[in-house]
Amino acid sequence: MNLTNALNKTEARRQRREARLRYLKDSYTLWRRNRLMVVGTGIIIFLLLVAAAAPLLATHDPYEQILPDRLLPPSARYYFGTDSLGRDIYSRVVHGSRVTLSIAFIVAAISTPVGLVIGVLAGYFGGALDEILMRLSDVFLAFPKLILAIAFAAALGPGVENAIVAISVANWPSYARLARAETLSVRNNDYIQVIRSMGASNLRIMVGHITPMCMSSIIVRLSLDMGTIILTAAGLGFLGLGAQPPVPEWGLMVSDGRQFLVDQWWVSTLPGFAILIVVMGFNLMGDGFRDILDPHQRQS
Amino acid sequence: MAQYLIRRIFTLIITLIGIMVVTFFISLVVPLDPLAAIAGPQAPQETVERLRTLYGFDQPVYVQFFRYLQRLLQGDLGTSFQTGRPVLDDIFHYFPATIELATLALIVSIMVGIPLGILSAVYRNSPIDHFSRILSLIGVSMPVFWLGLVLLLVFYFKLGWFPEPGRLDIMLIEPERVTGLLLIDSLIALDWEVFWDALKHMALPAAVLGLYGLAGIARIVRSSMLDVLSQEYIKTARIKGLNEFLVLTRHALRNALVPAVTVIGLTYGGLLEGSVLTETIFSWPGLGRYLATAFLTLDLNAVVGGTMLVALTFSLANLAVDLIYAFLNPKITLAQP
Repeated sequence: MNLTNALNKTEARRQRREARLRYLKDSYTLWRRNRLMVVGTGIIIFLLLVAAAAPLLATHDPYEQILPDRLLPPSARYYFGTDSLGRDIYSRVVHGSRVTLSIAFIVAAISTPVGLVIGVLAGYFGGALDEILMRLSDVFLAFPKLILAIAFAAALGPGVENAIVAISVANWPSYARLARAETLSVRNNDYIQVIRSMGASNLRIMVGHITPMCMSSIIVRLSLDMGTIILTAAGLGFLGLGAQPPVPEWGLMVSDGRQFLVDQWWVSTLPGFAILIVVMGFNLMGDGFRDILDPHQRQS
Repeated sequence: MAQYLIRRIFTLIITLIGIMVVTFFISLVVPLDPLAAIAGPQAPQETVERLRTLYGFDQPVYVQFFRYLQRLLQGDLGTSFQTGRPVLDDIFHYFPATIELATLALIVSIMVGIPLGILSAVYRNSPIDHFSRILSLIGVSMPVFWLGLVLLLVFYFKLGWFPEPGRLDIMLIEPERVTGLLLIDSLIALDWEVFWDALKHMALPAAVLGLYGLAGIARIVRSSMLDVLSQEYIKTARIKGLNEFLVLTRHALRNALVPAVTVIGLTYGGLLEGSVLTETIFSWPGLGRYLATAFLTLDLNAVVGGTMLVALTFSLANLAVDLIYAFLNPKITLAQP
């Protein structure tokens, strides 16, 4: 009897492993088939590599001002030209990838857990708590995201850290909404009832059995939002409410070059192009993620 | 329907109160002393103290909040430190320029986005579909401030096809202000020169905002059209021998446009926020630029009033969308408890 039990267990484990392997394999096939997503992932991997190897790739110190060399056009010495203080724009764009990536990832790391906790609590307990938390998120959703972020950034004072807080404040409600909807759809399932009758506490149910069910849709949503987060950060930088000089933030660099737009087009346009490419990469990847995790797509 | 309306309006009121709390909170966390900004750096201490009492900054927070609510309910948003005029007057002065621009941009994005979405769905995976999808992708990924600069560089500085930033040529006199919308006011005054010039000034900023708007619209029309086209009743209509044009317009498009309504409403909100950046670049004398300046100079009353107005407009647009949606799709109303 014990032997068959053990055999069944190994068998079950083997099957589970196979299923997981098949899932990954299917995902890979779907990824390969989605050419746009391959491009998007490529862009993001490239961005990560650039950020990681920034000191190696940069040809100059991004902060070093060589005043005699100010406003030089792109050349073999300065790939993207120089800005009004004689700084190498290429090296600044390369180093700027670090600023952009850290803003995006920290915002994600703050706003998703906050949204997740609030959404799961609201959905799980329902009632008055749900009402209060959801009305609270309604209020934040009543502001266009960029306006709310700008308002908080202005109130907290300019700077990268405050920009991160401001963007997170504007972002958490959509994750809370999503997590609540997912929680509502699973909370009365039989398996939750079974776990409860086995004596699991509310906390255990929420953390161990409901939160994991919310993860895939939150991840999809987050990957679709990454582009917007980067655009908001760049917009704040451009308005002078985000990163402050001399930080090599792309939006700030576009703004710096505004006065030289006519004769020294490269100062503004090249950093802006970097924003466009990176946001496009995140959007392509997000779209692809949604398709891959969508069960309907998997069937076919 | 009536019940649904009441429920929605009730939530709107709660949201409005929340908006007031949030904007008040924003004005609280500002680290800069607004009094120093009004009085100037060299003002003697007693002047600052007098101003503190005058503006009520010496009261406890909750008293300040109730005074703030009281003022709001009387329609008093305070005075802008920057312009020295009541914020409400400023807003009425600047808002029409933003509405005009955002509306034109929305019209552009609907007129381009919907046909593009339909063609994209009908000729799926054809060159036009690829074109439309790439255009939408660029539209959502584009930093609007950067696109604005590039368009200015190319079409104003280099080619000279479009006029300088601003709303109207300096040599032209604005028509008598009726609506505040230059296009309409110039039509009322039958001033064709102003009309034409205003339209030319609007072209580039409207194109920037329009590209952003059409991206979302083309996307949703494409996907909902694809959805509808695979339905049985479309097959039936085709089997009946109905011509393809009628099938597409009368049977498919009508249903496919329902989800588009939501996106169009959201787009309008998006255009409002995009206007902060676009107006800054095109020196557009609208609410967006007013807000951007207010944020930068920490013009507190203007920040609070402007943010509140944007949130109010945004909420009303969302309410309108929900109502239209409920009207188009009766299932929604019935599903509400």
